[in-house]
Order: sequence, then C-alpha cells, then structure tokens
Amino acid sequence: MDYAIDIRDLTVAYREKPVLWDVDLQVPPGVLIAIVGPNGAGKTTLIKSSLGLVKAAAGSVLIHGRPYSEQRANVAYVPQRGSVDWDFPTNVLDVVTMGLYGRLGWFKRPGKAERIEALKSLAQVGMEEFTTRQISQLSGGQQQRVFLARALVQDARVYFMDEPFQGVDAITERAIVDLLQDLRKQGKTVAVVHHDLQTVPEYFDHVMLLNVRRIASGPVEEVFTEENLRTTYGGRVAFVSALSAANRT
Amino acid sequence: MIDLFSDLFNDYTLRTVALGSALLGITAGSLGGFALLRRQSLLGDAISHAALPGIAIAFLITGSKAPLVLILGAGIAGWIGAALISIVTTRTRIKYDSALGIMLSVFFGFGLVLLTYIQRQPDANQAGLNSFLFGQAAALVEQDVFVIFVIGTLVLLFMMVFWKEFKLLSFDSDFIGTLGFPVRLLDHLLTTLFVIAIVIGLQTVGVVLMSAMIIAPGAAARQWTDRLGRMIILAGIFGAISGVGGAITSSLIPALPTGPTIVLIVSIIVMISLLFAPNRGLVFRKIRDWQAGKRLRVDAVLVDLYTLASQHASAEYPHSERVLDVMSTISGPARRTLKVLNDLELAKPIDSTHWSLTPEGVLRAERVIERQFGGGS
Ligand SMILES: Nc1ncnc2c1ncn2[C@@H]1O[C@H](COP(=O)(O)OP(=O)(O)OP(=O)(O)O)[C@@H](O)[C@H]1O
Ligand SMILES: [Mg+2]
Repeated sequence: MDYAIDIRDLTVAYREKPVLWDVDLQVPPGVLIAIVGPNGAGKTTLIKSSLGLVKAAAGSVLIHGRPYSEQRANVAYVPQRGSVDWDFPTNVLDVVTMGLYGRLGWFKRPGKAERIEALKSLAQVGMEEFTTRQISQLSGGQQQRVFLARALVQDARVYFMDEPFQGVDAITERAIVDLLQDLRKQGKTVAVVHHDLQTVPEYFDHVMLLNVRRIASGPVEEVFTEENLRTTYGGRVAFVSALSAANRT
Repeated sequence: MIDLFSDLFNDYTLRTVALGSALLGITAGSLGGFALLRRQSLLGDAISHAALPGIAIAFLITGSKAPLVLILGAGIAGWIGAALISIVTTRTRIKYDSALGIMLSVFFGFGLVLLTYIQRQPDANQAGLNSFLFGQAAALVEQDVFVIFVIGTLVLLFMMVFWKEFKLLSFDSDFIGTLGFPVRLLDHLLTTLFVIAIVIGLQTVGVVLMSAMIIAPGAAARQWTDRLGRMIILAGIFGAISGVGGAITSSLIPALPTGPTIVLIVSIIVMISLLFAPNRGLVFRKIRDWQAGKRLRVDAVLVDLYTLASQHASAEYPHSERVLDVMSTISGPARRTLKVLNDLELAKPIDSTHWSLTPEGVLRAERVIERQFGGGS
C-alpha cells in the first residue's frame, strides 16, 4: 500500500539520551491523524526529524513512497507558535508569502502572483482583514492562523502541524478543525500534534500514541483505548477516566 | 560649521576619513540589524574582541601593516572565535552567554599579550597597531578607504542578493529548512558577512567599542519602523551618521580616539529613538496612554450623567457634581473631567455645582453605551 507518511525504525537522541526509540508510523493518504503523548514524549522531535530538522540516529521517512528529501515541495510544516519571535519587523502578508519561498527558489523575489496566492490562503483562514498588520499586534489565535495560512499557500499533499490548537479560543478551534477537514476532503494528509484528548475522537480519523516509543497508531476506534492511554501517560488514572467519560458521550 | 564643510570638501585627509567611516558605518549598521534580529548582538562584541590576536599575528607573520593583510588576520581570528562559541555551546553544557564571555576574554587577552610583545620589538614599524584598541580614524589613508569600499560593497551586495533567504532564516530558521534551503550554509554565510562587516571597522572604531557600531544603529532603527527593509536601511544610515560624526570630531580634536566619539554619537541616536519614535517610543506611548485615559474618563462621566438623567423625563436633566464623584467608575473627582466635557460642548454647568448634558452629549453618550454594551461585532 502507498502510505502518505511512512516512518520506519526512527530513533533520535539528543546527546546520549534517546528521545524517540524505534518508532514506526504508517498513515494512509487522506487521513487526519492526531499525535498525542505527554510533555517531552518526543512529538515535536518526531515531526522535526521527519522533516530533516533534527538528525535521526536511525530510520527512514518516506512521503508518498519517496524519501522526504525528494518530496519537500509536497510537505508543509506548521511549527509551534512559540518557536519564532513575533516582534520580528514584518507583517501578516509577508509571513504568509514565506510559504512560497521554496517554490520561488534562490534569489527570486515574491511578486504579484505570490501576493495573490498569499491573500487567497489568508482568506481561507479568515484573516484577510489583517494583511498589513504588524505580526506583534496579533492575538495568539491570529498568529496561529497566520502560520496555517503560510502552510496552506504551500499547497502540499502532506501537512505536519505542531499544536495548532494551542491557546486558541473555541471559535478559532472550530475554524481550524473545519480547515483540516477541508484539507482531508481534497485528499491531503494531515498529522497534528494535539493535547486535548477529549476532542481526538471528534476531530481525527487516526491517532498515534507516543511516549518515546510508539505505543499504538491506527484508526481512533481501534487504538484510542483506555489501556493504550494508560500506557502512554503512565498511571494518571483520574485523567484517563475523565477521558473515557468523554468518550462515552 | 562653514569651516567644517569647506574642510570636508577641500581637505583631502578629512574627506578620506569621512568617506571611509561612512562606508563602514553603513556596512556595520545593516549587518548589525540582522544580528540584532537573530539575537546575536553580543556575538558581535565577542567577534570584534576575538579579532585582535588575528591582527597581531598577521603583522608578526608578514611584517606588513597593509589594510588587507590586517583585515584578513582579523577576519580569520574573528571567524574562529565565532565558530568556537558555536561549537562549545552545541557540544558542551556551557551556556551561550558563558561561551561568549570566555571566548571574548581569552582571545582579547591573548591579543593584548601579542600587542605588548610587538611593542617591545626594536623595529619602528610596529607603531599604529595600538590604534586597533580604541580606533583612530585620523590614521585612515586612501588605501584603507579603498579596501573598506570594495569589501563593504561586496558584503552589502551579498546581503541584497540573499535578502529573501536571510530574512526567512532570521525569522524562522526551521521553516526555511523545510523548504529545502541549506540552513547551515546560509547561517555560515550570514555570520561570515557579519564578521567581515566588523573587521573592516576595527582600525577606525577599535575592537573595544566596535560592538556599539553593530548593535546600536539596528536597535535605534527598530524603533522607527515595522518593516525589515526600512529597518536595515535606517540602521545603515544611523551607522553612517555616527561613523562620519565620530571620525570627523576625533580627527579635528587631537588625541581624541574615534571609538568613544562614535559611541557617544550613536548613543544619542539610540536615546532619541527610544524616547521619541512614533509607536514604540516612550514619550509617544505615554502621550497615547494619557489620551486614552482622558477619553475613558470623559466617556465614563458622560455615561454616568446619561444614566442619572434617564431616571428623569429629560436626558438633559442636571445633576450635582457630588453624585458624579460618588458614582464615577473612574477614580478622583469628576470636576476636571466635567470641565473637559464643557470644552467639548458635551455638557454644560447649570449652576456652580450642577451639570447637564447637551444634546450632543446625549448622542455621544448613547454611542458610547452602544459600543460598550450593545451589538458587539
Ligand atoms: N534541542 C534539544 N536538546 C536536548 N534535548 C532536547 C532538545 N529538544 C528536546 N529535547 C528533549 O527531548 C525530549 C522530547 O522533546 P519534544 O519537544 O519532542 O517533546 P514534545 O512531545 O513535543 O513535548 P511538548 O508536549 O512539551 O511539546 C524532551 O525530553 C526534551 O527535553
Ligand atoms: Mg512539542
């Protein structure tokens, strides 16, 4: 089968300490998958090493059957919002246009065509009124949407998103979920680092439970079980039973 | 003043000095702007100090004081310093700031030792190397300016050619990596340009204070604009102004080293920018807060008057100040704000202590209430 994301035996260590150990992940095309696990489980590291930003000690990453290095144009990345300095002197449109730098290649400056595309994806996230806004004057949810627009403009087949719901209100969360589902309808594959276990069954098709090792991954109904969650999060039972309560409804 | 200008055009030495320091000011200012955004300002300080032994060694090996030779020595040493800092922080548990401090003092100390050694030599040729400590613009000759011009232009050219890449690298280095650009290579390239921008200024500004020439123009420029392009251009202009100002002042006053003079001028620019720049300046912010506070008080008293009056037949029904004092959501007596309302013709005094809204005041109050409690968006 041709997987959209096919990670095998991925092992990553910062210095000696292994952060990911022999991790496998297969995601079929057109699937929304949540990557969940406690803080420090290696979720960000999994994404970063899949994208070649962190060197893996072992393992391989295939995107639609070919090595990631040949598939860059087909992969988009939404980093954690806190990973950049939002006081950088630039505006919303400019940041979104950065998503097109890869396609532009060396030296070429973005022009009118790029501007139009960037505006289009800003409209998709409902930020068209903020085009010329300095990025430091955005709320957290608006910053998140700018990052999403930057990924949308890349028009990729596979998306990796690191906590896109972090610090957004219910309305923005809904808007982002709708956007993810739009992407799925277009046959795109989206892997999302997600912290709110209660919404996993509602938002996602697949889920990966990660804590240094892969605990489980697959369709939500099959692998999102109390037992797997207990293994992933350790003995935090109260937390886990709150979740199964949410699951029943 | 007129003398100074005629000197500038006629005096060959002064013209050389002014041109050279303008060029290095532009280069240091604009590359320093990028360093500021990448939080590498202090790296500039370490690099300039680390360059000192390179200058001494270049002189010891070649026996020459040709600008290109010394700049090359300074550049290599500065670059090694920067590389060591990066290696130490990634390979050991030593933190970035400690690594900076260690490298700065070790290299600078070593440079001082070499400089002392050179001075002990009987050879008369060594004179002048000392000016690398605090800078001596007056010593700039045509050959120096030519070298600064060629190298500085190259650095700026590279910066413009790689503009889009450097911008994204500075904003989000992970993201540019996922687009397939070689992050490490771009990082090295920008750092190298940074090192070059620093070392071409060392003779004029001196290793001790060169960091001011790098950090300050960018920091001042950031105050005035929210666009990267404008910020970098402005940083270049500020760098040029302080470079030229410092160089000329120190050339005219004997025994005044250039570095400190430049620092003085650039500090004034920074001070003005911190205080008076629109939006980000302190004074501007104070004024804006004060105006917002005043508007808030005006609105609050308006609404109070309106609320009181709405319990009577007429919206313009007068009420006493005392009631407003008690009622007001804003601290302090209402009288001052009532006077403001009177000036704006939104309220008028009925007698010495009673006030009522004017028809305009009623309208405005209704609008405020609408905005705060009604509709939303
Ligand atoms: N640059 C780094 N150097 C050394 N250790 C690191 C580095 N980045 C992350 N780690 C360690 O690797 C482990 C996994 O980190 P990672 O950021 O991938 O976790 P995460 O699952 O994304 O956590 P969170 O939910 O808090 O975002 C953590 O123990 C962290 O301390
Ligand atoms: Mg993370």
